[in-house]
Amino acid sequence: MSSPTPSLLGDYTPGASWLHRLRAGAKLGVLMLVGLVVVLVREWWVGLAFVALALVLLAVAGVGVRRVLRTLRPLLVLLVVLVAYSLWRASWQVALEQAADLVALILLATVVTTTTAVDDILDVIVRALGPLRRLGVNPERVGLAFSLMIRSVPLVLTIAGETRDAARARGLERDPRVWLTPFVIRAIAHARDTGDALHARGLGDD
Amino acid sequence: MSSLVLDRVVVSAAGVDGVVEILSETSLEITEPSIALIGPNGSGKSTLARLFNGLVTPSSGRVVVDGIDVAQDGRRARQHVGFAFTDPSAQLVMPTVLEDVMLSLRRTHRDKGERRAAALAILEARGLAELADRSVHTLSGGQRQLVALTGVLACDPQVVVADEPTTLLDLANGRLVGDLLMGLPQQLVLCTHDLDLAARCDRALLIEGGRVVFDGPAPDAVDHYRATA
Ligand SMILES: Nc1ncnc2c1ncn2[C@@H]1O[C@H](COP(=O)(O)OP(=O)(O)OP(=O)(O)O)[C@@H](O)[C@H]1O
Ligand SMILES: [Mg+2]
Repeated sequence: MSSPTPSLLGDYTPGASWLHRLRAGAKLGVLMLVGLVVVLVREWWVGLAFVALALVLLAVAGVGVRRVLRTLRPLLVLLVVLVAYSLWRASWQVALEQAADLVALILLATVVTTTTAVDDILDVIVRALGPLRRLGVNPERVGLAFSLMIRSVPLVLTIAGETRDAARARGLERDPRVWLTPFVIRAIAHARDTGDALHARGLGDD
Repeated sequence: MSSLVLDRVVVSAAGVDGVVEILSETSLEITEPSIALIGPNGSGKSTLARLFNGLVTPSSGRVVVDGIDVAQDGRRARQHVGFAFTDPSAQLVMPTVLEDVMLSLRRTHRDKGERRAAALAILEARGLAELADRSVHTLSGGQRQLVALTGVLACDPQVVVADEPTTLLDLANGRLVGDLLMGLPQQLVLCTHDLDLAARCDRALLIEGGRVVFDGPAPDAVDHYRATA
């Protein structure tokens, strides 16, 4: 891999902070609640307050500034578009509120994923979905799908980077078709290989 | 040792102009500790290997692994036969090395603490303990393949099928992975283009155009392949 691993949502980093020791269920619960508050309260300063809170928590979790920037980098384009649109259709308050909300949510989610092993998140999901077993939901399977999703984010970003580099090497990066097609093919091929590998390990059978 | 049986197996697939046979009718029994599948690209090695744990289903005929009919009891067959792929990235499904090995143990170790301890012990035994908390993205190709194999072996299979496990590796790592596979107590089915590695197996099948064209002691099969290629 040439570029540093992209890491939207970060990767679990073992540590000893109180955030690491907090129960996975508690962290996920608080994240959900905060998510609701951030989205429902339409004040720009509330968004900013949560960004500040998230930065403090990231420091507690031992996540460096470089890592935070790396996490946010893939969002840059989306943020610019969002802000530009809001400035045009609404006001600077709305633009600021939406940008702050988005950044706060991503950073808070990063706090949870860097301080919580995926296996623990898996256990929480499996336990929370237990009552749905009677309705035919297989909690183990949902949990596995969830952890695969987390695991796949950096991988898909890597594939995107590689296919864009390949297009650039041929001087064709301006035409999205040139990198989009191989990107989609490789992403699907990867998903299929992963499915085969899970199948071969007998996972997802029960 | 285990026994792998193909009984009049045919594999066909829908091609551009009608149905094509990827594997022509094949019957064989494998009881040797290690067998290599060699042959040119697109000859059908992977197709044959994938039959043993149900990743490919025969269009007709039966695949029986230690008495387990793979088509009828796929779940038991998959627990019985471990499969290692060329590209370990697709096999490592959890973010960190330890978690990935723990995932393999979910069925056998219900208790989390025990699972963790068992996974650590397995990594320790393979000399990979210091990688336990590493993100799987940050591993080198060789480390990644070793970890992927560890995840497969943690499921405690009786048979290991490996499809070109050393193809993406450099000389040293290829040798490391090759030695690990050749030293396994389990029965081994190995697809490979590395003819020196293939020659170390007890038996080899040379496959060309979806047919087994030579079946015998591995060094003889390799010589035959070299002479006819
Ligand atoms: N699902 C499919 N549909 C159609 N054709 C297929 C399918 N899977 C494989 N084939 C074809 O079957 C043939 C055998 O493929 P297989 O992957 O088994 O070859 P191989 O010996 O493993 O080759 P390599 O050395 O390149 O890995 C190839 O010609 C391939 O294109
Ligand atoms: Mg192959």
